[in-house]
Amino acid sequence: MSGDPKLERIAKGNALALCATGTWTASFAPVLERMVADAEKLAGGSQNIFIDVSRVGKLDTFGAWLIERLRRSLTQGAVETQIAGLSANYASLVDEVRRVRATPVIESSTITITGMLEQIGRAVAGVAGTVAGLIDMLGAVLAAGFRILIHPRSFRLTSTVHHLEQVCWRAVPIVVLITFLIGCIIAQQGIFHFRRFGADIFVVDMLGVLVLREIGVLLVAIMVAGRSGSAYTAELGSMKMREEIDALRTMGFDPIEVLVLPRMLALVLALPILAFLGAMAALYGGGLVAWLYGGVDPEAFLLRLRDAISIDHFIVGIVKAPVMAAVIGIVACVEGLAVQGSAESLGQHTTASVVKGIFFVIVMDGVFAIFFASIGM
Amino acid sequence: MTPESPIIRVRDITVQFGTTRVLDGLNLDVKRGEILGFVGPSGAGKSVLTRTIIGLVPKIAGSIEVFGVDLDASNTSQRRSVERRWGVLFQQGALFSSLTVRQNIQFPMREYLRVSQRLMDEITMAKLTMVGLKPEVAERFPSELSGGMIKRVALARALSLDPDLVFLDEPTSGLDPIGAGDFDELVRTLQRTLGLTVFMVTHDLDSLYTACDRIAVLGNGKIIAAGSIADMQASQHPWLRQYFHGKRARAVMG
Repeated sequence: MSGDPKLERIAKGNALALCATGTWTASFAPVLERMVADAEKLAGGSQNIFIDVSRVGKLDTFGAWLIERLRRSLTQGAVETQIAGLSANYASLVDEVRRVRATPVIESSTITITGMLEQIGRAVAGVAGTVAGLIDMLGAVLAAGFRILIHPRSFRLTSTVHHLEQVCWRAVPIVVLITFLIGCIIAQQGIFHFRRFGADIFVVDMLGVLVLREIGVLLVAIMVAGRSGSAYTAELGSMKMREEIDALRTMGFDPIEVLVLPRMLALVLALPILAFLGAMAALYGGGLVAWLYGGVDPEAFLLRLRDAISIDHFIVGIVKAPVMAAVIGIVACVEGLAVQGSAESLGQHTTASVVKGIFFVIVMDGVFAIFFASIGM
Repeated sequence: MTPESPIIRVRDITVQFGTTRVLDGLNLDVKRGEILGFVGPSGAGKSVLTRTIIGLVPKIAGSIEVFGVDLDASNTSQRRSVERRWGVLFQQGALFSSLTVRQNIQFPMREYLRVSQRLMDEITMAKLTMVGLKPEVAERFPSELSGGMIKRVALARALSLDPDLVFLDEPTSGLDPIGAGDFDELVRTLQRTLGLTVFMVTHDLDSLYTACDRIAVLGNGKIIAAGSIADMQASQHPWLRQYFHGKRARAVMG
């Protein structure tokens, strides 16, 4: 009794029987839908119609629903179209399907110009919310910090050391490698262009000032935002998703104190260290290129470097590091705690964490540049 | 494959994590059209066996046949056709968090069937009704559902292709007793109407009494007993005696 499904029309006296035969299952759904749509056109005729399913070989939810759909569309006014020949096996399935309410409401997702403008408007208005959120987190972290100062016993040293290892010690190889390469590139480009004016030696001035004041710390901050900021957001976000943060709260712990503060402290300590190592690696790389490519021997390089830079340059660079670290950490933690229930939301907030982190780092760098210029450093 | 041949045939399965042997030469048959209740102490490896059969946990020895197909010897298309015929309800639901309930249920349909959107929407509603949920739930995201609703939606997704075999990993845990009763009833109905075979890991004594045809008990990495509920009650095995004659069991039996 299995095989291709069919819906035959058989006249029985003044009644019309629609005889369903064969396999009425999901695999035949396209055929079945077409047959049912054809048969639906019979509705409104004068004949008395009933559906005979006694010869259906196999029935599943798809088939049962299509028979039900046919029954509903054939039903006119008070007279219900009957289903005949239902075997005991399938009766309960057809009954189940009969309880199903009409078709769902599909929300329209058309893109309109007003909709796009609305989105832009919301995004712009959201900027204020973002800034407020960051200030809120800064306040919460500072408050937690003061509480720790009063009760030093509640400070989480193990956690802080753990995060310090993650964001500082484990980041050293990649940070040193990248800054070394950038130092090499700056020196090579400098020599290549300065040579035309016979000013090879000034490449040392450029390298020293650029690396110590700007590139060292800025590059390392961007790397840390990408490497550790994203990790913080993902960690806190997945903890938020699994209600771990709610669990902490109900046990009387402050998530800021337990989770955010150790991470922030680790980052604030790590970035100056990484920036210093990065600057040294960049200077070393630059010196190597200057020697091998530009013919400036190490002794001349060091002498020139000593003249070109002062401790001020170094201080200008290194002072920025903890501030940038704090900005990255706050952005990452705010985004992490804003994650909603879905995996998609986690992805969005991790992206936002890195993008905003890098943006704020560059903004901070600009603010520092204005500040140092005005105090003459 | 004759009608008598088992739907799942597990032979000498051994699964090891590090040095701990979880399953040790385990044999199990699941017959066509039955509801097999699978019990055992927590941590005995019930979920591990389920995951091994589905292919999520690697085994170090033994063979698994599902629908007469040896899963180790099968090629990709054979495996896919087996996978299309089974549905899995995970313990935590495992709904796709970035899709709505409707999209979750339609996900397997889109992959395996060529069905119009209208029919998919209607079938989604049918499945939701079958598992006892209101149509309004369809546009919600999993994070907006209660634990019991997640279970029901996950069952609807497991059933979305009208499978021949479903694996239920603790389906009634986290449901209220009435909901759990409905769930057992539902599993029974589906088994009757669709000729479904059900492999159910459970701790729920009610489910064992009302829904299951046969019970298998896991202990020490092996099946220590398999049979009807009467066989289980007659068994002299200490764990079984405790399980089926304990305070809760007496309460269930009334």
